Amino acid sequence: MTSLLSRREFVEKSGLLVVGFAMSRSLRFAPGEDAPSSLPPAANQLDSWLSVAADGSVTVFSGKVELGTGVSTALRQIVAEELGVPFDRITWIQGDSDRTVDQGSTVGSQTVKRGGAQLRQAAAEARAALLELASPKLGAPVDSLIVANGVVSVRGANDRRVSFGELIGGKRFERAVTGKAKVKSPSEYSIVGKPMPRVELPAKMTGRHVYVHDVRVDGMLHGRVIRPASIGAKLLSVDDSALRDIGGARVVRKVDFLGVVAEREEDAINAAKVLKATWSESQTLPDERTLADVLIKLPATDRVSTDSGDVSASIARAAKKVSARYRWPFQMHASIGPSCAVADVKRDSATIWSSTQGAHALKGALAGFLGLPPESVHVIWTEGSGCYGHNGSDDAAADAALMSQLVGKPIRVQWSRADEHGWEPKGVAMVMDVSAGLDETGKIVGWDYAVWTPTHSSRPGGGAGSANLLAAQLTGAVPASRPSLGGDRNSRHTYTIPNTRVVAHLLESSPLRTSSFRGLGSPQNTFANESFMDELAVAAGVDPVEFRLRHLTDPRAIAVVRAAAKLANWQPRVSHSTTSAKGRGFGFVQYEGTEAYVAAAVDVDVDESAHSVRVTRACIAHDCGLIVNPNGLKNQIEGNVIQAISRTLKEQVSFDRSRVTSLDWRGYEILRFSEIPESIDIELINHPELPSVGAGEASTSPIPGAIANAIYDATGRRLRDVPLRI
Amino acid sequence: MKLLVNGTAHDVDAAPDTPLLYVLRNNVGLTGPKFGCGLGQCGACTVIVDGVAVRSCTTPVSSAARGPITTIEGLGTPDKPHPVQQAFIEEQAAQCAYCINGMIMTTAALIARNKQPTREQIRSTLNANLCRCGTHMRIVRAVEKAAALSLAQQTGGNEG
Ligand code: FES
Ligand code: FES
Repeated sequence: MTSLLSRREFVEKSGLLVVGFAMSRSLRFAPGEDAPSSLPPAANQLDSWLSVAADGSVTVFSGKVELGTGVSTALRQIVAEELGVPFDRITWIQGDSDRTVDQGSTVGSQTVKRGGAQLRQAAAEARAALLELASPKLGAPVDSLIVANGVVSVRGANDRRVSFGELIGGKRFERAVTGKAKVKSPSEYSIVGKPMPRVELPAKMTGRHVYVHDVRVDGMLHGRVIRPASIGAKLLSVDDSALRDIGGARVVRKVDFLGVVAEREEDAINAAKVLKATWSESQTLPDERTLADVLIKLPATDRVSTDSGDVSASIARAAKKVSARYRWPFQMHASIGPSCAVADVKRDSATIWSSTQGAHALKGALAGFLGLPPESVHVIWTEGSGCYGHNGSDDAAADAALMSQLVGKPIRVQWSRADEHGWEPKGVAMVMDVSAGLDETGKIVGWDYAVWTPTHSSRPGGGAGSANLLAAQLTGAVPASRPSLGGDRNSRHTYTIPNTRVVAHLLESSPLRTSSFRGLGSPQNTFANESFMDELAVAAGVDPVEFRLRHLTDPRAIAVVRAAAKLANWQPRVSHSTTSAKGRGFGFVQYEGTEAYVAAAVDVDVDESAHSVRVTRACIAHDCGLIVNPNGLKNQIEGNVIQAISRTLKEQVSFDRSRVTSLDWRGYEILRFSEIPESIDIELINHPELPSVGAGEASTSPIPGAIANAIYDATGRRLRDVPLRI
Repeated sequence: MKLLVNGTAHDVDAAPDTPLLYVLRNNVGLTGPKFGCGLGQCGACTVIVDGVAVRSCTTPVSSAARGPITTIEGLGTPDKPHPVQQAFIEEQAAQCAYCINGMIMTTAALIARNKQPTREQIRSTLNANLCRCGTHMRIVRAVEKAAALSLAQQTGGNEG
C-alpha cells in the first residue's frame, strides 16, 4: 500500500521536510537532493486533490494559497462539508508546484468562487467513490447510505457502518474527476456558513507559524541585493575593498544585478551598506507634478467597452451638463514584511521557497530564467506578509535563485524596507474623465467616460516568461509588450443610463513598473464614477442615495444600497446643504460588474484649518452570494475598508526624475491607530441559493468615492485628486 | 555574550552592535519577532527587555544583555496561550499576522503597567505599530479583551 503523501519519489524525499517543518517547529531543511522530474498533478484525477489516511484523516492538496485572508479556512470548510468529515481532520497542503494542482494564481478574489468550486467538486467525487466502496461492504444500495463524520452507515441502521479509513485509508482512488458527482444542496450545510475560527491563528499568535522569512536550509548563506541608483541605470564598476573587514562577505554580480552574500545575516546587511558601486545616471521619470498630463499623452491602445445610443448628442441637448477629471497616483502594496525567498539551485535542479501568489507560474518563469527544464524546478509556496496583489515576492525568489546559481549554495534573500518600497511593482496611477447630461427631471440621459491606465498585470510566468522578473531585467531581459490588463475594471458602472460610452486608453508603457494591487483599476474607476454620481446628484438637487436608486434596476444592487443607508440611519438631504465639520458620503459598486455588490456610507470629520480628514464611521452592506465564513468575510471587509481609507487619504508614491523617493514609512505613510474609524458596521446579505462570488477586494472600491462625497458634504469642496487633501 | 531569553540562558556568538533581532532569529532560533523595516518605524520586531517593549531591530544585542528578554514564544503556546494571545485568538484579530508579534508584545507590556487601559491609551500606545491588512478594529478589541482576561486571571488568582 502506498501512502499518497509519497506518491511521487520526490515527495518521498522532501515531503517530510515540508510537512515536518510546519508541524515540528523545526525550521531547518536539509538541502534538496538531486530531484527527479516532476510536473504538477493532473486536475482531472481525484488523487491529485485529496487522500484519506488509514486513521481517516484527510489531506487536501490546494493550488490556491493563504494570503492572510482566511481562504485556507474557508476552503477547508467547503471540503469538510462536501466530503462529510470533521473540519479538524483535514490537513492542508497548498501551493506546492509538485504536489498541488495548478489552479491558477491566488488572485482577483477568485479563490472561493473558482478554487472553492473545484475543491467542492473533487470532494463530492470522493464522497461518491466512498459510497460506491461502502455499498457492497455494507450490503446496501448507495442510495440507502448516509455519510457523517467520516463514516458511511446504512440509513436507519447505525450499527451497519464503515469508516473512510477502513474503506480507502492509504490507498489511491484511481478515479477521474468527472464533474458529474452531485454536490450537496446548501440547505444541508452544517459547516459552510459557520464562523469557523481561522486554523492557523493559534500558531500565528504564539510565534510558531512559519513564514517564508523563517525558512532556513542547511548550508544556507544570507543574501542582500543592491539595486541600481536610478531606474534603468547600468552598473559601471564595483569596489569591494570595504568587504575585506566583513567576515566572508562577497559580491555576487551578473550584468547589472548586484548582491552580496555572507554566512551571517548582519554581515550581509553591512556588506550591502559599505559596498561601493558606480552606476550610470539616467532620468527616465517625468516631473511628479505633471504625472496626469504625461499619462494622457502616452501611446495607447483604445478599447471601447460600451457605446450605446448617441452619447454626444444626448449630452449636447441635456438640460444640465457636468464634467470632471479625477486623478489617482501610484501607490504601494506596502507589505509590512519586505519580500523574502530561499533558493537552492543545483546544476540540474532547483528548489525555491517563495510567498508567490502563483507557485506554478513562478516555476515556469524561474525555469526559463535559470535555464533548467520546468520539471526540475520545485516551487514551495510558504506564507509571506500580506501582499494584496503582486508585490516583491516573485522578484525576491528570482534574486535568491540567481544568487544561489552563481554561488552554488542555498541562499536566503531578504529585501530591505527600501528595496520593497523602491522596487515592488506599483499600484497603478490613472486619470479618469467623465461628462454627463441631466434632463429636466434630474435623470441622467448621457454618460461619457474615459480612463487612461497603464497595465495592472506584470506577473511572471505564462506568456510573459521570466522577463517580468526584476533579476531577469537586470541581467538583460526586456519584457515583451503584453496586453494591458485590469485598468478598465469597473470603468462601466451598474447604473442604467440610455446613452453610455466607456473608453479605456490602455497605455503601452508606464513611468514606474506597475502590477496588480487590490482591486486593480476598480477602486480608481469607482472613485470617479461614484464621485461623479454625487456631483450629478448635487446638480439635480436630489439626495445622493435616492439619486442612485433612481438609476438602479438590479434588485440586489438596490438591496445593498438600501441596507447601507438603513445601517447608517441615512437622512435624505442634498449634499452640503449646510456647512459643518461633519459630512456623510455614499458609494456603491458591483465589483467587476459581475461579482459582489457593496454599498458604503461613511462619516467624516473635517478640520480645514488643520488640513485633516478623519473617517469616523463606515457602514457597509455586502452581498457576495453564499457566505462560507461570515466572520472571515467581515475580517476581510474591515481590512478592505481600512486599507481603502488609507489609500484615499494618505498614499502616494513620490519620485524624482530618476527613482522612487518614498523609501520608508515616513516617505510613505499608511493609516495608523490614531486615524481609524470609531466603528465599521457591516451587514452581510446571505444568498445560500446563489453561488459564492469573489469578496476579497470588492469592498475596497466604493470607499474612496464615499469619502470624497462626505468631504464635499461637510465643506462644499469637491476633491478629485487622490490622496484627498483638504 | 550571555542572554536570558524566555527564562533560558544563551551564550551567543555575535558582535556587540548586532541588532538583537538577528541574534534572536538566527542564533537563538526564535523567529516570532519579525523583520519589518530595520528602522524602528513599524514595530514588527518588538520584544520585551526588562519589562519594556523595545524594537529589537534597532537595539544592539549588547544593550539587551542587561535584562531578561521575552519574545512572543515565551509568552505562551498554542495550547497554553498568554491572556493577550488568548484574546487575539478569540477576537480573530489577524489577517496575515505579520504585524501581530509587535501588536501582542506591545500590548503585553502595556497591560503589565496599566491594567485597564482606555481605548484612547490603546490607540496611542499602538500608534507606532503598523498593520497593512487593516486589522486595527479587531486589534483594539483584542487589547481590551486582553486587559479584561488578565484582570480576571489575577483576581481569580488572588481569591484562590
Ligand atoms: S522591524 Fe523593527 S521597527 Fe520595523
Ligand atoms: S495582519 Fe497583516 S499586517 Fe497586520
